[in-house]
Amino acid sequence: MIKLIGILVVAVGFAFRFNTLLVVLAAGVVTGLVAGLSFHEIMTLFGKYFVENRYMTMPVVLMVPVIGLLERHGLQERAEMLIRRAAAVTAGRVLVLYCAVRQISIALGVNIGGHAGAVRPLVAPMAEGAARAQHGALPEATVERIRAHAAAAENIGNFFGEDIFIAVGAILLMKGFFDAQKIEVGVWSMALWGIPTAVAAFAAMWWRARVLDREIAQTAVERGLS
Amino acid sequence: MKILSVEVFYVIAGVFLALVAARTAWDRAHPKRWGTASFWALLAVIFVFGKILPPAIVGYLVLAMVVLAAAKQVARSSETSSTRAERTAEAGRLQNRLFWPALLIPATAIAGSLVLDRIHVGDVWLMEPRHASLISLGLGALVAVAFARRTTGARVSEPVQEGGRLLQTIGWALILPQMLAALGGIFAQAGVGVVVADLVGRALPTQFPFVAVAAYCLGMALFTICMGNAFAAFAVITGGIGLPLIVVRHGGNPAIMAAVGMLSGYCGTLLTPMAANFNLVPAMLLELRDRNAVIKAQAPMAVAIWIFNVALMYVCVYRF
Repeated sequence: MIKLIGILVVAVGFAFRFNTLLVVLAAGVVTGLVAGLSFHEIMTLFGKYFVENRYMTMPVVLMVPVIGLLERHGLQERAEMLIRRAAAVTAGRVLVLYCAVRQISIALGVNIGGHAGAVRPLVAPMAEGAARAQHGALPEATVERIRAHAAAAENIGNFFGEDIFIAVGAILLMKGFFDAQKIEVGVWSMALWGIPTAVAAFAAMWWRARVLDREIAQTAVERGLS
Repeated sequence: MKILSVEVFYVIAGVFLALVAARTAWDRAHPKRWGTASFWALLAVIFVFGKILPPAIVGYLVLAMVVLAAAKQVARSSETSSTRAERTAEAGRLQNRLFWPALLIPATAIAGSLVLDRIHVGDVWLMEPRHASLISLGLGALVAVAFARRTTGARVSEPVQEGGRLLQTIGWALILPQMLAALGGIFAQAGVGVVVADLVGRALPTQFPFVAVAAYCLGMALFTICMGNAFAAFAVITGGIGLPLIVVRHGGNPAIMAAVGMLSGYCGTLLTPMAANFNLVPAMLLELRDRNAVIKAQAPMAVAIWIFNVALMYVCVYRF
């Protein structure tokens, strides 16, 4: 039980809004000390895993120069302009369409999109633009709701499309786990059993996108009345 | 032999980080000039030399970065970017040509995963097949930045300046995913997972097939919320709950259990600040005031998908 102290440190640290990096470091040090490691050994582990996981940060770092450059020259504004011309487009529909494209492409093994590469420069401005075309200027809170849902569309599409492709980390990891246990499990059956949840996840996105559209319309009406 | 390894792109990313650090050090108007410059310089060192530095040294460098961030010495620059009017004018001038460089990145990703990872002459491969998607992404970003500079007619310094501005918008949260991954590793090393699996297994009446399914899906989601990573949860929870109860005791199908179980873990990923690269970094990137806004948007979907998973697994796992 004492080994769970790290989780407690994280929960308390996040709740009191201490600096998140410090909380994570403290949780690691405490857990390591409880497990009988020395401070130096804990730092060695942090260093080892930090280097191994550089791949998590690299896409953002390599993507920001081109995205920043294009943004300075009006990429977001252009995306908004284009979407304003299209009829019958709502913020929710933009997000549902993006989620579908993301899910299908990654299920076929093609990893396009991403928060830095697609959501910030294209998807979020398009969704905002669609809402502005319908309802005029948007309050700050609505803009935040739309952006948060754009990030959600990326995550849902990415997570629940990925497991249908057999050469992906998750399937290979499960295969490796069963191999180690000497249990025969085919990669294809695991990939196919990912499909029902993928459909359900898409339905959930569609539902939330409709709720979002209704919220935006509601806010616009209320602002019109006041 | 591989011509393009993922290490090459770590070095390129590191060089870019070093340029951002240097620009900050030269920026006299920066509110936290030296702290911010040191932070990005340390990260640059880890990216460029990560492979050859001893892990302990990297650990202490990371410690220094955490101290800088916690002491509030890492801040955004006060440099002003372009105004909305300027950007709208540029959008009018360049029109749809602006999209081509942005679309070049996914195009390279597609080419990379379909063709480029198969190109080889004898033993000399164009890229490591294992990291094909990462490498094509890096390649796409580099080609796109050159192409974007031609299209917009920007100066050479502009990508570094604008990229640096975006990077400073994210700030120290950029390294949060790596820190949390390291924490997950330490949790695994200390055996935190075994304790969680044991607790769940003992607290619930798992002799009922439905309870076994619910306990497994709950364990996957809860453990992922704690660790921020469904992969870490999979081995622990499947070894601790899934295999002994669903497969061995109740005769369930392991493929269905694993596939749906992993996706239940992903529902946990949607709910946790521990999965910083999916939930917190995007909130920073989209400049949201509430850093939990993405999690709040995802919460209803995560719960709905999780309930669907439990029902799906219970209906199918003992039948096929």
